[in-house]
Amino acid sequence: MYFLAAEGGESAHNPIIPLWQEIVVGSVAFAVLCFVLMKFVFPRMEQTFQARVDAIEGGIKRAEAAQAEANQLLEQYRAQLAEARTDAAKIRDDARADAEGIRQDILAKAREESDRVIQAGKDALAAERATIVRELRTEVGTIAVDLASKIVGESLADEARRKGTVDRFLSGLESTGAR
Amino acid sequence: MFGQANVLAAGQAGFPPTVDDFYLPSILPWGAENSYWFTKITAMVWIAVGVLIIFFLASYRNPQLVPTKKQWFAESIYGFVRNNIAVDMIGHAGVRFAPYFTTLFCFVLLTNAFAIIPFFQISPNSHIAFPAILAIISYVLFNYIGIKKHGFVKYFKNSLIPPAPWYILPLLIPIELFSTFIVRPFSLAVRLFANMFAGHMLLLVFTLGGFAMLSANAWLAPVSVLSWVMTIALTFLEFLVICLQAYVFTVLTASYVQGALADEH
Repeated sequence: MYFLAAEGGESAHNPIIPLWQEIVVGSVAFAVLCFVLMKFVFPRMEQTFQARVDAIEGGIKRAEAAQAEANQLLEQYRAQLAEARTDAAKIRDDARADAEGIRQDILAKAREESDRVIQAGKDALAAERATIVRELRTEVGTIAVDLASKIVGESLADEARRKGTVDRFLSGLESTGAR
Repeated sequence: MFGQANVLAAGQAGFPPTVDDFYLPSILPWGAENSYWFTKITAMVWIAVGVLIIFFLASYRNPQLVPTKKQWFAESIYGFVRNNIAVDMIGHAGVRFAPYFTTLFCFVLLTNAFAIIPFFQISPNSHIAFPAILAIISYVLFNYIGIKKHGFVKYFKNSLIPPAPWYILPLLIPIELFSTFIVRPFSLAVRLFANMFAGHMLLLVFTLGGFAMLSANAWLAPVSVLSWVMTIALTFLEFLVICLQAYVFTVLTASYVQGALADEH
């Protein structure tokens, strides 16, 4: 057949005229292909692309949010640290001031105490002295009167007591001594 | 195949090849000459449709955010047409056409590829019926999109009246009408058809030529071998044409849609 067609020269077919059967078959086949691919495959690919974009952008957004939160926390910690430092310094200053106050208090108290002790000692001494002076006066008077009695030969004790001679003498002596 | 080769070697096949070599006998009913419902050509179209559907459904049955190898491959085909054709030509609005363009690209590429796949070795697109269908769809698509976007009158005004001085318009409007609304579908269909037709014819010439020379004179055997080497070289060329024509058909369709969507001429 090929041979005959080649011999005949004129072909039974014109390649530029489409066969209507092939148009029908091709249309149906291509329509089926379009229907399946455009309905079930490519929209899902588009969805996957979108999901991928979302995943990446979401990841970036999450990372940015985490970064911002971390920065904020860092800032907060820094503020807290500075605050704590200020507080510590204040506490230290206060403590120093307190210590100074306490020291002053203790010093004052100690001084007061020592003054009090000294005063008490002085008082005790004065009292002692007064007592001694009084005793001495009595004793000296008695001794002097006794002595004088022995010298004079008579008892002057009642006389001296009566007239306060000894006292007078002693007072004069004292005032002379004091002068 | 070797049986066929023997037949060829015995000089029973015609040389040079003719247009009739493109019209193969029917499969069902077997061997009928003028029955075109179920031939090798229509069978290949169905196979192409089946292969594409199965491939895409299987690789996208359970899509993952982190794709598997198969899913990645399917995605990169779609991503290629979507980003390098639809978005590049039309801009962001082109994304909604990407599914059709990808379907078109895959269908043309695979049916073209049958031209060099062993045992198929003829492309359905060497029958003008199939490129014609695709061209008519593209034609209807870009006109429909344009009319839908601009309205009937404004669309034709945009398409037919270029921004030119008034006195040159009587010359330009018929040219625009002719090139946009008459020539476009024909050029689309004929470009694809003629490329595949010529490619198949070239391979036939060199293959059959080798057998013809061998059967004419045994001393011509080296030339026959050279002829078959040329067949192999031309198969590589044909591979280039296959990919290029699938790409060109899709890009031109995208370009027409872009022109229909454009606000100004």
